[in-house]
Amino acid sequence: MLAPVIHILGLTNIRRTRLLPVSGKVAVRVGQRVNASDVVATANVPTRHILVDVRRGLGMIRAGEAERAIVRMEGEKLQPGDVIAETGGIFSRVMRAPEAGTIVMISGGRVIMEAESAPLELRAGIPGVVTEIHPDQGATIETNGALIQGVWGNGKVGEGLLFVLLQSPDATISRTDIDISLRGAVVAAGHCSDPDVLRYAAELPLRGLILTSMTADLLPVANSVNYPVIVLEGFGKIPLNDAAMRLISTSEKRDVALTATINPANSERPELIIPLPAESNTPPEMTYFAPEQMVRIQGDPYRGKIGVIVQIRPGTTTLPNGLRTPAADVRLDKETVVIIPLANLEVLM
Amino acid sequence: MTSLVDAESVLTIDIGSVNTRALLFDVVDGQYHFLAGAVAPFTGGPPFFDISEGVHIALTHLQEVTDRPLLDETNRLMVPSQQDGSGVDRLGITFSAGRDLNTVTVGLLDEVSLESASRLAATSYLKVTDTIGLNDRRRTDEQLDAILKAAPELVILAGGTEKGATRSVSKLVDLVLLACKVLPSEKRPKVVYSGNQALAKRIQEAVGKVTEVIVTPNIRPTFDLEDLNPAMNTLAQIQGSLRAQQIGGLANLAAFSSEAPLPNATAIGRLVRFLSEYYDPSKGVLGVDLGANATVLAAGRAGKLHLNVARPLGMGAGMTSLLQQVPLSEITQWLPVDVPESQVRDYLWQKATFPTSLPMTTTALSIEMAAARAILRLAATQMLERYPFLNMAFEPIFISGATLAQSISPIQSLMAVLDGLQPTGITTLFLDPYGLMAALGSVAPGNAVLPVQILDSGTFVNLASVISPVSDARPGTVILKVKVTSDQGEYKTEVKQGSIVVLPVRHGQQVQVFLSPQHGTHIDPRWRSGAGFKLAGGLCGVVIDARGRPLHLPDDPAKRRDTLIRWTHAVESRRAA
Repeated sequence: MLAPVIHILGLTNIRRTRLLPVSGKVAVRVGQRVNASDVVATANVPTRHILVDVRRGLGMIRAGEAERAIVRMEGEKLQPGDVIAETGGIFSRVMRAPEAGTIVMISGGRVIMEAESAPLELRAGIPGVVTEIHPDQGATIETNGALIQGVWGNGKVGEGLLFVLLQSPDATISRTDIDISLRGAVVAAGHCSDPDVLRYAAELPLRGLILTSMTADLLPVANSVNYPVIVLEGFGKIPLNDAAMRLISTSEKRDVALTATINPANSERPELIIPLPAESNTPPEMTYFAPEQMVRIQGDPYRGKIGVIVQIRPGTTTLPNGLRTPAADVRLDKETVVIIPLANLEVLM
Repeated sequence: MTSLVDAESVLTIDIGSVNTRALLFDVVDGQYHFLAGAVAPFTGGPPFFDISEGVHIALTHLQEVTDRPLLDETNRLMVPSQQDGSGVDRLGITFSAGRDLNTVTVGLLDEVSLESASRLAATSYLKVTDTIGLNDRRRTDEQLDAILKAAPELVILAGGTEKGATRSVSKLVDLVLLACKVLPSEKRPKVVYSGNQALAKRIQEAVGKVTEVIVTPNIRPTFDLEDLNPAMNTLAQIQGSLRAQQIGGLANLAAFSSEAPLPNATAIGRLVRFLSEYYDPSKGVLGVDLGANATVLAAGRAGKLHLNVARPLGMGAGMTSLLQQVPLSEITQWLPVDVPESQVRDYLWQKATFPTSLPMTTTALSIEMAAARAILRLAATQMLERYPFLNMAFEPIFISGATLAQSISPIQSLMAVLDGLQPTGITTLFLDPYGLMAALGSVAPGNAVLPVQILDSGTFVNLASVISPVSDARPGTVILKVKVTSDQGEYKTEVKQGSIVVLPVRHGQQVQVFLSPQHGTHIDPRWRSGAGFKLAGGLCGVVIDARGRPLHLPDDPAKRRDTLIRWTHAVESRRAA
């Protein structure tokens, strides 16, 4: 059976492609070194248009007549008061641009002006080297380092020095754990259930916050803060898995990058990347369940725990709560083997 | 209609957002049978971005369990079947995977054509991102910006009864045309015109120059008549072709089929419409599919279909939508155990993050079943709001979706369905444990024999026959006297308001039931007072659900939990006896 894969790796090659949702300009070149928060491509998204109805404004009956009165071309930039159309003659009547903008269309005696547009900036998301340009769309960036994938992020990107407040896998962060000495840092903390932690971190500000788990009622605050927040295990109080705990606790004061974006359709998970000066291979993105694989378990009473598959059980297995499902025997430690639905396992690779 | 003389073997493949499901049907001893099914993960997402891998795994598994070659030596599906019996004669494809299509609905009057356009949009996997009507107070350029911001892939343009207004419709067409012209050519939406046919040619000519225009019959031919079905079929075709572009490998798979891939909801709708003619047309059929991201309710009465897709709303990623649409208390009210609201919220967000994960503890299962009830309730309420002339009296009701039909016990399914849908009257609940509903619907138009024979073959499991009387009597009052006769003898009982009672009828046993309503109790508008009628026992027997409609739960949490446990025990204890 095909298995979902999650990466918690001490050293790997990381290759990420960043693409604009609309056509734009690529701001980097192949071979260029970028930081996570560097802009790799930009675009302008029109947000407001103005319609100037020349035919109606000049009281013309036919669209063709109005089109002949229009003295501008598509693509022209206009300032407020610039003439758009005029009837000519001694008592010429004119129509002027009500505000600044660019003519995007002239049709049926009407002029459509783009009055405002919003700049769209696409950030690298990971520190590394640009290895491929996608014309008008974006770039592919590559780096080597440790990689820890999470399950939720607030869509922001950032980087900084890592400060580890996480003393144990089931630690909880409170408002008093954060002080001015953490200003500008990326902080790895434990479980969070206090919105004031997120708010105060924004005031300092922190450059990023890595949480083991979070209560779901904090989602509105977590989404509103302007620094990246990633959650490694999920919602509720879930201890951090051993593999991620080891990596984080040995990476204190290293430069790290946080990409808190999620796009399941494009394989994007929130990620903590710790760049390292060593080469490695790209990890596989898919596998099939098999014995000896290291897996992370979803769902109580074992959620967040790491184990090793002992065997895939044939057919379906009835769980204590009555559900029937394909399952595996998973060894948690020397003495403990538990039955877990395959649907609740992710393979660590 | 296909006869058994030219019987054909049929393979259906459903591309869901979580699973790829392959189902094989063929004639055995002169009757169609469901031979086997195989499930593989959906591989249209990362890292494959192509459904072919999932399809291949499912078909390979299907070959193994049926011992029938379906793929040739180059791993291509063999259609039609070969002399040696390998391959299949026909392939049907359904899908529910893929993101919803951004859609703008445009029409004349809010309560007339716009309402019909909105109902049409709700028959499939569309996300209405804006709605523009004649009474829209925004300036033209604001409406234009609204359309551009909505980033539509589809515009449903309705309005004007036949021989009715053309000028007002032209104004709306003008706006759509303007928006299409402003958008870059690759971003222009397809336009479905379902309004006054007098304008169809002009619209085709004018708008057709800048984007694809598909004309359907008018969905509101007269002020008080709505006919969505032809437009619904067109919409299904459009989605099939758009999905084939969006989902890697779907176009290649579709090349093996004589029909375009069909949205899962449309296929379920087709089956329900077909069955509503096949069964007693006066009774009506309801099909329910509780999926990971969508909940489909298809109501058919005498060949007329009322389809409502609640999406995103489901037991996977659709869970976040439930949490946004209803207060948490509407979920926790169904919990028979005391679980803090914060724990429930965290659990359901985690479930949405890991949609394929299964509950491993009794508490986790209780939370999921509480969410399932709330989803069914919400979907049923939405359907009744969209189609106010409908009620919840159907016979039979088909239940599909892994949560309700495949993993949990029959009693858990029964209680979730009764609490969530709250049917009225006399009905039979059938479970669809193999997920066949959409498959049969995709086949039905070309082979009407197959769905009928599959339904008669027992592949759908009779969960229970249910009588749901409605009464204003005080709780504890006897509202129904019941007599059951069978070859085992006679059984009499009284049913009190607020109770749920299971009659001693075994699975498959046929009985004659005589009801004597008390205190003005209503049974079913289709039931002739005093007359006996036949019922068959399901997995949970014959159930009389006299808990009231709508079902009211005690406000006090402890009493409420006791009540829920008492109801479940009432069904469990009687069934065990």
